[in-house]
Amino acid sequence: MEILRVEGVNKSFGGLRALNNVNFSVEEGTVHAIIGPNGAGKSTFLNCMIGRLAPDTGTVMFGDISLTGMKPHEINQIGVSRVFQTPEIFDDLTLLENIMIPALAKRDGEFALHAFARVDQDAEIHDRAMHMLEDVGLEDKRAVTASSLSRGDKRRLELAMCLSQDPKLLLLDEPTAGMSRADTNNTIDLLKRIGDRGITKVVIEHDMHVVFSLAEKVTVLAQGTIIAEGKPEDIKGDPRVQEAYLGGAHL
Amino acid sequence: MDAILLQILNGLDKGSAYALIALGLTLIFGTLGVVNFAHGALFMIGAFCAVTLNRLLSLSFTTIDPERTDFLGNPLKVETPYVETWFGPETGAAIIDWSVPLAILFSIPIMALVGLFMERGLIKYFYKRPHADQILVTFGLAIVLQEIIKYFYGANPIPTPAPDAFSGSFDFGVLLGLDPNLIIYPYWRIVYFLFAAGIISAVFAFLQFTTFGMVVRAGMADRQTVGLLGINIDKRFTFMFALAAVVAGLAGVMYAPINSPNYHMGMDFLVLSFVVVVVGGMGSLPGAVLAGFLLGILESFASMAQVVALLPGINQIIIYLVAIVILLTRPRGLMGRKGVMES
Amino acid sequence: MLGLNKKDTYMFLLVLALVVFAPFLLNPFPENSELAQFNAGYPDLMQRFLIFGIFAIGFNILFGLTGYLSFGHAAFLGVGSYAGVWMMKLLTMNVIPAIFMSVVFAGLFSLLVGYISLRRSGIYFSILTLAFAQMSFSLAYSVLTPITNGETGLQLALDDPRVIGVSQVDGSIPPANFFGMPMRESFEMSMGGWLFTFNAGYYLCAVVMMIAFYIAIRIFRSPFGMMLRAVKSNQQRMNFTGLNSKPYTLAAFVISGMYAGLAGGLMVAMDPLAGAERMQWTASGEVVLMTILGGAGTLIGPVLGAGFIKYCENIFSKINDNILYDWFAALPDGLADALVFIIHPFIGKGWHLTLGIMFMLIVIFLPGGIMEGMERIGRLFKRRKPPSQDKSAPQASAAPAE
Repeated sequence: MEILRVEGVNKSFGGLRALNNVNFSVEEGTVHAIIGPNGAGKSTFLNCMIGRLAPDTGTVMFGDISLTGMKPHEINQIGVSRVFQTPEIFDDLTLLENIMIPALAKRDGEFALHAFARVDQDAEIHDRAMHMLEDVGLEDKRAVTASSLSRGDKRRLELAMCLSQDPKLLLLDEPTAGMSRADTNNTIDLLKRIGDRGITKVVIEHDMHVVFSLAEKVTVLAQGTIIAEGKPEDIKGDPRVQEAYLGGAHL
Repeated sequence: MDAILLQILNGLDKGSAYALIALGLTLIFGTLGVVNFAHGALFMIGAFCAVTLNRLLSLSFTTIDPERTDFLGNPLKVETPYVETWFGPETGAAIIDWSVPLAILFSIPIMALVGLFMERGLIKYFYKRPHADQILVTFGLAIVLQEIIKYFYGANPIPTPAPDAFSGSFDFGVLLGLDPNLIIYPYWRIVYFLFAAGIISAVFAFLQFTTFGMVVRAGMADRQTVGLLGINIDKRFTFMFALAAVVAGLAGVMYAPINSPNYHMGMDFLVLSFVVVVVGGMGSLPGAVLAGFLLGILESFASMAQVVALLPGINQIIIYLVAIVILLTRPRGLMGRKGVMES
Repeated sequence: MLGLNKKDTYMFLLVLALVVFAPFLLNPFPENSELAQFNAGYPDLMQRFLIFGIFAIGFNILFGLTGYLSFGHAAFLGVGSYAGVWMMKLLTMNVIPAIFMSVVFAGLFSLLVGYISLRRSGIYFSILTLAFAQMSFSLAYSVLTPITNGETGLQLALDDPRVIGVSQVDGSIPPANFFGMPMRESFEMSMGGWLFTFNAGYYLCAVVMMIAFYIAIRIFRSPFGMMLRAVKSNQQRMNFTGLNSKPYTLAAFVISGMYAGLAGGLMVAMDPLAGAERMQWTASGEVVLMTILGGAGTLIGPVLGAGFIKYCENIFSKINDNILYDWFAALPDGLADALVFIIHPFIGKGWHLTLGIMFMLIVIFLPGGIMEGMERIGRLFKRRKPPSQDKSAPQASAAPAE
């Protein structure tokens, strides 16, 4: 079953056509990678999906809900979470608080004036947050301020924040950008482990190693157009893709 | 028709002051990225430069004139300013009379120094601090500066007259073939407007036609990139701050005859100038100038008796109202650029 | 206790004790001694400590938690004051309706101002609030004179209706009271050379302040408070986490506006008059300073900041050259003259200069305020101890201001 369906999306910045009539769909429960050379329009595409940018034309459907024109928090509330290219976390808060916030957002909705409840006595949220921290191996640092984490830890924290909401769809924007090979492998393992939960994932990635370790389906974007789509092993051999990647040195 | 013309003219001098202060604020904000709440204090210091020069020039020694007596029959004490003995009575008197225009020369080095010390001594350390900290520290500085002025010059406004030659009024009505006395306008305000226009043109010309100005403009558009080009921005920043201080100071010097300087005039103008900057568009120099004049004229229209009768109090709040409406409908102001102060 | 955890309970009890015993604590010097001028244990000043404490606690809920710097909070205090005086003119001299309506009106006004101002953030927000406050100030002086009595300020009159209470008693205006107990009634206790004053108004302020403080603690520890800190930390992440930051900031704005109104109402209860100068932006700047000086984002900091500023204001503006000469009497004349000359600009009418310098020093060197200062001193002592066993000890949250 399709969980996400993008139809006829166009987006221009001034005279520059960033997305050109993109049609795209994601099957529920799969890991779908979007790859493409620099400037292919991957980030624009993701931003159009998540409501950060409004596409000029076309529709983005999540199940039977149209995401076009929805605000970021509304999109999240219906089950779409996003991991950013540079980790977006609550720097001044502790790790535990960082995860309690999305968990509360999931349980209590976009706004709740619980000015007299006590955070530290909310066993349900507390346990959930601790559980998530254990999942990503950060439970020892629960009382640490998030700004002091390493970049890799920040990314794991952000991932835990998203997972604490049990999203139906998780969008990952270059989850291993700027990481060492070891960290990259750790992240791949982590993403594989959480794969068991049946969360649909869309991964935007540069690193082919990551793509082929994770993805079940790959879409190749170049100059704002989809040039190929299929199973990883098919994509590897596709001449158009190799051409787009300057002779396919990466592959 | 005549009433409208009169209001436009009336708005010009206040608008000029707003425009000059807002120009300096924008220069500082655009190049240095600092929100300077002490900018009004620079305007005030300028005005007090005029006061100080006037006092310095009027420094006198006392002689006793045995030939004349006062009303009690005692010999009359005569105060003779030193300048009159140095340059002769006529030239001396003229120098005192022209103390406000002379204060322009006097204030430029002073304001440049004040700006230099402010930037090197304080502002420099706040480039990387949050805007809230910048606002707070310059707010504190503004209080300190105005209290220092109050300590030395007292709390009362100090009348500082313009040269006699400009004390009259000009009858615009006659010029336009209307009845005399319909549109009369003090000469000094015309001078102020022309002066402001001159300064504004000079600043724009400087930014447009010099290499230095080009770098500054590039810096305003994209600070990071200019920094990466290996251009020493630090020195230019200091210079820009001093320049902005001089502009604000000159605006203050020439404003002294229009509104007797007092220690809180800076704060009064600052709040409005900030509103002007926001209306014009944060970081836009033409926007600051345009909004300065527009709001000055708007304020003067709102003060018309007919308008006030219709909407009492509108003259007091028109500028704020406009600012609120502009901020809500055109968040970037009249000529603001995308991405300035939006995070 | 009261649904607070252990640490908060201790803090609450400590503040309670300080407030209850303030008439003793603030009068440490005997009545006739040289140092009696440093006493602060008289009702008028102690009331101001508490009232401005409330104002700063409320401001801190907005600024300390969400990071939105409002430069217009004095307007809400002003609106509260006017509402309070009007209740006393129209209804009764009992302070309860006055205080209640102060909060209500300030809350409504802050809802309006906040709804508009919060559509922008950062410095635009600061300037919008400033513009609103200056607008209210100008209006209070001009058009709204029928309501505010313009420059004279709003006062009680003999012929006010006071429909629930009495219009006048024996040809004079009845005193502000709490169900019959006049606010200015004091009980004086003389012990040796000491004189302690226990004032009814002060203790009313104390009760109100403790309630306000309690509510602030609860807000800080609540999910709502955590969301407000999230606003300050990363609004983008918050939105992408499914939270709508607007109602959160608006709620914080209105709550802090109500605190300001409460402070205004209490001012009126203590001294039934209201003037526009309370709304001026320098007054807004003062509450910002109190909050920062004490430590924005901390619970107890703003209270300390308010007390400190009001105490300094009182002491500094009271000292004059003669007092200075008294102090320096033991020194040689020349030296005494020099010292007085140096100190003179900072005292008496020069208090604002001292205030401005203090403001700058705090922002430059101690952006976290008194609380950060104490934490730093505390850390100095800790460092002397042998290194503790847990290596991953969390870096204290007093992160540099970036």
